[in-house]
Amino acid sequence: MHKKFLLIAAMLFAIVISAISGTVTSQSAEVNIYSARKESLIKPLLDQFSAETGIKTNLITASADKLLTRMINEGRNTPADILITVDAGRLFRARQADIFQPIKSQKIEQLVPSNLRDPENYWIGLSQRARVIFYVKDRVNPAQLSTYENLADQQWKHRICIRGSDNIYNQSLVASLIAANGKAATQQWANALVGNMARPPQGGDRDQIKAAAAGQCDIAIANTYYFARMLENKKDPSQSEAAQKMAIFWPNQQGRGAHVNISGAGISKYSRNLDNAHKLLEFLVSPAAQSWYANANYEYPVNPSVKPGGLIASWGTFKADAIDLSKLGELNAEAVKTMDRAGWK
Amino acid sequence: MQGISENSLGWVIRYRTSELLKGWWQPGILLAALIFSIPVLTIASFLLQPSGDVWQHLVDTVLTDYLINSALLTLGVGLGTLSIGVTCAWLTSLCQFPGKKLFIWALLLPLAMPAYIIAYTYTGMFDFAGPVQTLIRDWTGWGYGDYYFPEVRSLGGAIVMLSLVLYPYVYLLARAAFLEQSVCVIEVSRTLGCNAWSSFYRVALPLARPAIVAGLSLALMETLADYGTVSYFGLGVFTTGIFRTWFGLGDSAAAAKLAAILLLFVFTLIVIERWSRNRAQYHHTTNRYRQLPQFQLTGFRALIAFVACLLPLLFGFLLPASQLGLWALDTYTVMVDASFIRLTLNTILLGLSTAVLAVLLALFFAYGKRVLASKLVFASVRVVATGYAVPGTIIAVGVIIPLAWFDNTLDAYMRDQFEISTGLLLSGTLFAVMFAYLVRFLAVSIQSVESGLAKIRLSMDEAARSMGYKPAETLFRIHLPLMKGSVLTALLIVFVDVMKELPATLILRPFNFNTLAVRAFELASDERLADSSTAALMIVAVGLLPVILLSKSIASSRAGS
Repeated sequence: MHKKFLLIAAMLFAIVISAISGTVTSQSAEVNIYSARKESLIKPLLDQFSAETGIKTNLITASADKLLTRMINEGRNTPADILITVDAGRLFRARQADIFQPIKSQKIEQLVPSNLRDPENYWIGLSQRARVIFYVKDRVNPAQLSTYENLADQQWKHRICIRGSDNIYNQSLVASLIAANGKAATQQWANALVGNMARPPQGGDRDQIKAAAAGQCDIAIANTYYFARMLENKKDPSQSEAAQKMAIFWPNQQGRGAHVNISGAGISKYSRNLDNAHKLLEFLVSPAAQSWYANANYEYPVNPSVKPGGLIASWGTFKADAIDLSKLGELNAEAVKTMDRAGWK
Repeated sequence: MQGISENSLGWVIRYRTSELLKGWWQPGILLAALIFSIPVLTIASFLLQPSGDVWQHLVDTVLTDYLINSALLTLGVGLGTLSIGVTCAWLTSLCQFPGKKLFIWALLLPLAMPAYIIAYTYTGMFDFAGPVQTLIRDWTGWGYGDYYFPEVRSLGGAIVMLSLVLYPYVYLLARAAFLEQSVCVIEVSRTLGCNAWSSFYRVALPLARPAIVAGLSLALMETLADYGTVSYFGLGVFTTGIFRTWFGLGDSAAAAKLAAILLLFVFTLIVIERWSRNRAQYHHTTNRYRQLPQFQLTGFRALIAFVACLLPLLFGFLLPASQLGLWALDTYTVMVDASFIRLTLNTILLGLSTAVLAVLLALFFAYGKRVLASKLVFASVRVVATGYAVPGTIIAVGVIIPLAWFDNTLDAYMRDQFEISTGLLLSGTLFAVMFAYLVRFLAVSIQSVESGLAKIRLSMDEAARSMGYKPAETLFRIHLPLMKGSVLTALLIVFVDVMKELPATLILRPFNFNTLAVRAFELASDERLADSSTAALMIVAVGLLPVILLSKSIASSRAGS
């Protein structure tokens, strides 16, 4: 009995060991990616890149904070060539932690506008994501809407749905308000906004849009691509029905513009596949890849030569906040504290 | 009298054995305990870093909320798992009613359901914007605020979700304890005039208490470590607070202080559990085992028993699994491809090998405790068992830091001395993943193996030894057959736990390595519930087989039957 048991244990162990060694053997033409973009939102592009160049891509996905922790601790032996995040704050932090090196590519400098990359090219944006106001067409007159600041107004008492303060998109939004209006004014704004919430914050961005459409609130704050994915959802008609009750409102168009964050990437200071890493980033900002972001995930391209089509085009153009994105990273902790003090769950 | 002489003889034999083994066993255990405590100690060492004004900020703003919410959540899940687990265990072990044979194993099914999956599923169904409430509004014409409907995403909701998937721990151990009870005590209680209810309440329950508390402590540790459910529901508890402080506020020292408070919670639980075990040293005085008396329930009472067992099964498994099934019917054609089969195999392989290792280590620890009877060993095994209550991400970070340090130090040394780079030997390999699993799940296997070992009285060892068996022979001829049930239980629970494990897998895994839980969570957290259902259902399906085996193992673990 026990011999059989030991035999099975030994066999399993052998299989696992071989699995380990299988995954670490390196090939020459490859590039290793730590990605905070989810597998389904990056793998298709990587596969396309491999097909075009013959360069193999190796991927790990997890949240940016944890990948950053892993990369920092792995130090000069890190296998990562590229770190992809879904917000600028994390890219800023990675640069602060001294794990990036400047990206040297004229092609990228030509394709990506300078406000969407680090001043010294330690990181670049890959796609833009606008966080805006959605209102219920039946119950809200868009003339009453104007700015993020205006959401603190008494008229919106118990009418706003927004997700929790743990979420990085909200943290960045509040950081952008602190950058624009200062700490004290933003604290007042956050206090008032919490009073205007229709329910304690919960769920994700889509949940806010759904709750508004179902009548729980009149205003929802969300990223535009969630709204687009709901509208285009063929499998679950209830999602597109809900989204159709809502309309998009671009805030702060008379002032600094709507809050925009980026998903972006930087190259590891210790990259061993430097050429391939540059090739991949060049590919990711090329027109072909950029239109994939726009068409498959409804994000805004960073490459201005690529015009989003279809649904996104129908929303028209808007003015985006041109804030230095590093600021969002710098002010992130202050934003979290502000929300804590306001009682934003 | 008999008890005293048995104990003192036991002491003599134990003492002799310990003299022989102390040479290597005790240092071995201490070393192993140290290794598996490194991640928790690493996090604890952050306490030494200055945390600036962030800690004060937490104290001023959110700390009270975290304390109250965590305490309420623990209390609520405690009551929930206790009432469901003990009731069902009692009914299925000592009562006779229609459907009992099915319930015996089916009640374990929610064990295979990850808590975050059930949370996503129920929210999808019962949320204000979900189909059920929409239907109510369509029928009645009501709007928001016109009617009351319990909020899924709330503290109460989290208590229900976690209770529904964690009660099997209590059920499992309580049922095993009820089955082990000697027929005499129950019979005596009946002759002394107890009815079914009072013989449960006054005799069986106190006797089973140590096992019930053991199951409860597993459920509560899992509750304190949960991140997926509480963060989706937007609850400010310790786990969510730790992440926010660490990553949002960028202060690892303040985060470690929060983690330290969490560990204090856990130690309190452990102390309570130990205290309850020490106080409750009931031993059966006879070995008269035979078919336990069954209380035949009929009519209305049988119906109540049936419903009491059906409800947790319905809400903990049938309902969410059917919803997943419906979603999967729509999406499986897209979601099942070659990579899906690969990741299913990955998951199974990882689960199996971790389970085997966890059991081997648990045997090593548990026997050490039994043979050595040293306070130091007792304490170090306790420390190893705290990992279960620490959130997976925290463990993962606690694994990354020392492993990367080891790799980089070795690499630097080799470069210096021999001009070769060894690179990362352990970091980013499955070794790191399995190490993290072991740190988290050793508590489960130790718990189970220890309870099995406790059944084997020292007098049996003594008898075997006095009849000329060497220690190894005693182990294989006496212990192994008696321990089979507990060892199998440990294997299967760890297997199922590993399959559901998410955060440590996510961050520690090697390139291009996916598991079912990773796939399910990525899609679900991207608000693509329907797409995630195939992977979630596969976790449940792969978990089913062990769960069924598990119930068989308990049924056959009863001596004399």
